[in-house]
Amino acid sequence: MNEHVKNVTPEKTDLSRRSFLVGTAATGLVLGYAGVPGIDSASAAAPAKFEPSVWYAISPDGLVTVTCGKADMGQHIASTMAQIVCEELGANWKDMRVALASNDPKFNDPVLGAQITGGSWSTMMNFDAMSRAGAAGRMALTEGAAAAMGVPASELVVRDSMIVHPKSKKQMSFADVVKSGKATKTFTPDELKAIKLKTPDQYTMIGVSVPQLDIPSKTNGTAKYGIDVMLPGMAYGAVVTPPVRFGATVKSVDDSAAKKVPGFIKAVTLDDKTGTTSGWVVAVASTYANARKAAQALKIAYDGGPNAKLSSQSLLDEAMRLQKLEDSGQFFVKDGDPNAAFGSAAKVVEAEYTTSINIHAPLEPMNATAEFKGDILHIYSGNQFATRSGAIAAGAAGIDPKFVVMHQMWLGGGFGRRLDADMMIPAVQAAKAIGKPVKVIYTRENDMTMDFSRPLTYQKVKAGVDGDGKLIALSHDVVSAWPTARWGIPDFLTPSVDKKGPLDSFTVNGADFFYTVPNHYVRAIKNELAHNATPSGQLRSVAPGWTFWAVESMIDEIAAATGKDPAQFRISLLDGAGKNDGGAQRLRNTLLAAMGLSGYGTRQLPKGEGMGVACVSSQERATASWTACVAHVAVAPSGAVTVKKLTVATDVGTQVHPDNIRAQVEGAALWGLSLAMYEKATLKDGGIEQTNFDSYTPLRMSQMPEVAVAVIANGEKATGVGEPAVTVVAPAIGNAIFNASGARVRALPITAEAVKASMKA
Amino acid sequence: MPTLTINGRSLSVDAANDTPLLWAIREQLQMTGTKFGCGAGLCGACTVHVNGEAVRSCQTMVGDVAGKKITTIEGLSAKGDHPLQKAWIAEQVPQCGYCQSGQIMQAASLLAKNPNPTKDEVVAHMDGNLCRCMTYSRIQKAIMRAASEMRTASATSSERRPT
Repeated sequence: MNEHVKNVTPEKTDLSRRSFLVGTAATGLVLGYAGVPGIDSASAAAPAKFEPSVWYAISPDGLVTVTCGKADMGQHIASTMAQIVCEELGANWKDMRVALASNDPKFNDPVLGAQITGGSWSTMMNFDAMSRAGAAGRMALTEGAAAAMGVPASELVVRDSMIVHPKSKKQMSFADVVKSGKATKTFTPDELKAIKLKTPDQYTMIGVSVPQLDIPSKTNGTAKYGIDVMLPGMAYGAVVTPPVRFGATVKSVDDSAAKKVPGFIKAVTLDDKTGTTSGWVVAVASTYANARKAAQALKIAYDGGPNAKLSSQSLLDEAMRLQKLEDSGQFFVKDGDPNAAFGSAAKVVEAEYTTSINIHAPLEPMNATAEFKGDILHIYSGNQFATRSGAIAAGAAGIDPKFVVMHQMWLGGGFGRRLDADMMIPAVQAAKAIGKPVKVIYTRENDMTMDFSRPLTYQKVKAGVDGDGKLIALSHDVVSAWPTARWGIPDFLTPSVDKKGPLDSFTVNGADFFYTVPNHYVRAIKNELAHNATPSGQLRSVAPGWTFWAVESMIDEIAAATGKDPAQFRISLLDGAGKNDGGAQRLRNTLLAAMGLSGYGTRQLPKGEGMGVACVSSQERATASWTACVAHVAVAPSGAVTVKKLTVATDVGTQVHPDNIRAQVEGAALWGLSLAMYEKATLKDGGIEQTNFDSYTPLRMSQMPEVAVAVIANGEKATGVGEPAVTVVAPAIGNAIFNASGARVRALPITAEAVKASMKA
Repeated sequence: MPTLTINGRSLSVDAANDTPLLWAIREQLQMTGTKFGCGAGLCGACTVHVNGEAVRSCQTMVGDVAGKKITTIEGLSAKGDHPLQKAWIAEQVPQCGYCQSGQIMQAASLLAKNPNPTKDEVVAHMDGNLCRCMTYSRIQKAIMRAASEMRTASATSSERRPT
């Protein structure tokens, strides 16, 4: 029996109550925080009892292996964690290695108290803990070396995995100290807190674009993703998913034709008590090709269930109906009284904004391998939320979550899709049914039609300006499925301001912007119909992907209605008054940087071309980073839009890896472009109509504009970089289209037809 | 049992002739560098070379490639040091990395025929390969870097040729 996942509710962890331990284990030196009392009692005892698999370990050959509790889906977070440890430890970068953590709670995020990767949170929430872990290791090694050399520890210098005594010219490598067994030290919580970390002027690793540790394996085919897992005696599962996204049930399965497929083993109808899937069957065979053939040969009769007649239009109609109701939803922001202010406003501007259903479509289709070994269920899958996914796998198996071991793999794209655990359910139930390990791989068609998609959203925004053109009131209703409420984890919900119970802030984040508006309402309205018919998920940047589409378009509309330059109007709203102090100034500065870099307002553009600005503070106010974009577009008389250039500026506080930040920001900006112009999914008869990359069409190389990225590093705390630039691009493009042609688009994705129709209007 | 000539070795696979080459490579031969992305020839993740041409292995049946010379990412170079692989590291191209075997194989077939491609030729040749992380600009830079290095290397070797 092991000590794995206890429950799905994140534990409140407080590093200040934990001891940090450095000890010698069979495999070398191990370093990590002691568990929260009662959670991990073994490691809270003497260092001699340490398991070797804590946050990092130094082997007798001097290799430092950092175990990353975060899912690495291309953001190179494992390498980043190693870099932060390396800075304070004083190791040579060539000695650093990374490993991916299991779901043992000792690898939980020190701030979040769970294993979850998202929100662009990882660097900001782990920077301090990883820095202290590195520093504690350096101190332990230094004291060990001092004892071995017989010199005062204070006279030793640590650099590049060597501990040098300049006076006597004696030196020991980290490997020497580990082999000596003299590095053993326990830091009390107070001692750990008292460690004086380096100041930025002392950094030799932070701020350096070191080679990412995972990249070589991703150029020669050796990086192992979930889909690459091979277990002895393993069979393969191909799922058959119903024509309805959610709510269908299987009436009957005729496997007579499947039985003729060579290697066919069994068709298993899922009995999913976790409520993650509905109406799924998995065909199991000796090879995946045969499993696919068998899946195609199954004749399955379905009851389509309650959602079988729904379409995108019916979800939108329902959203519009809900928005009109006085008592719909709950308040996320309730400052002043916009309704009263509208009465005295000199001008009122109203608009509706929509976004379509969007599909994650990471290039590695969903997959999982399940194996029962004794009492333990082993799951091999790249996953962003081991804490919850382990519990779901356990639910599918009918066992206690503590008997589930999750083996993390490299993720062939995540983007929020792999926060979910649906792919584990057919693997678990098939493995249980046939008594062998089973790897389930979705087809692209399964993957697209059963995505936990970005929900269709409908937003109504109303703004009032006074006689001086000052924005005095804004009310903003956001109607959508609630992706995070679906998790059933109370800690991830937010109390409503009007005390009408918790709301899903992952539908309204961003609407609580840093602009100063004295009367400001934001209402979160759950579209129950959409919530049930299209179970939604967290797609890269989540709510700010739609809230800023509405806010940043509306700000532009107000500027146009009052005859102001949209960039200057934003600057005037970012005055840093009251609760916006600090953030507003940083956002203003970022906007100015993007304007400066793009040459905004410095030249007359040719007819049909225009520039648009937007600035955003993804994701939560409390974890904000500051990003601005100037989009330069050309609009043809047909309404066709060509994005000529995106200029993105972002304030990241401290840059750990400058090159990676640029890669992430560029990737995020192109995601933003892809969502703004090229990606649209639709619901018909309860099912997602798009099935592959011919009908759901993310950006390709030929569609890529020039992207200029400016990074502002001002020494503030490191912020997230993987998501914010996604959200800023669509409104910048929409605003540029208006600037170029006078056409105002309010629906994503932007189509030539919509632009042309608005030009005529 | 079909026999495949793959990365210079002759290997028999336990797969019917109508099995996609992709699955024979991945499952029977357990070479997992070639990836499954769409199963429809729309994304390029499964790209391998057959007689030097880049093909989508998900659309190529085992029975159609018997006796032909197949190269996968594992066989592109002896030590992962093909100029494109080196350029991919130098430019730090991969993010999630899942598409990159296919990208590299697709690019290799271009440079084998055209050692000095223009940017437009690169885009035209690579447009069928999706990268969901959107690393396209780095892919372009890496191809240009590799092309330049390959030209330099061949110029150097031809200079050394006795006259």
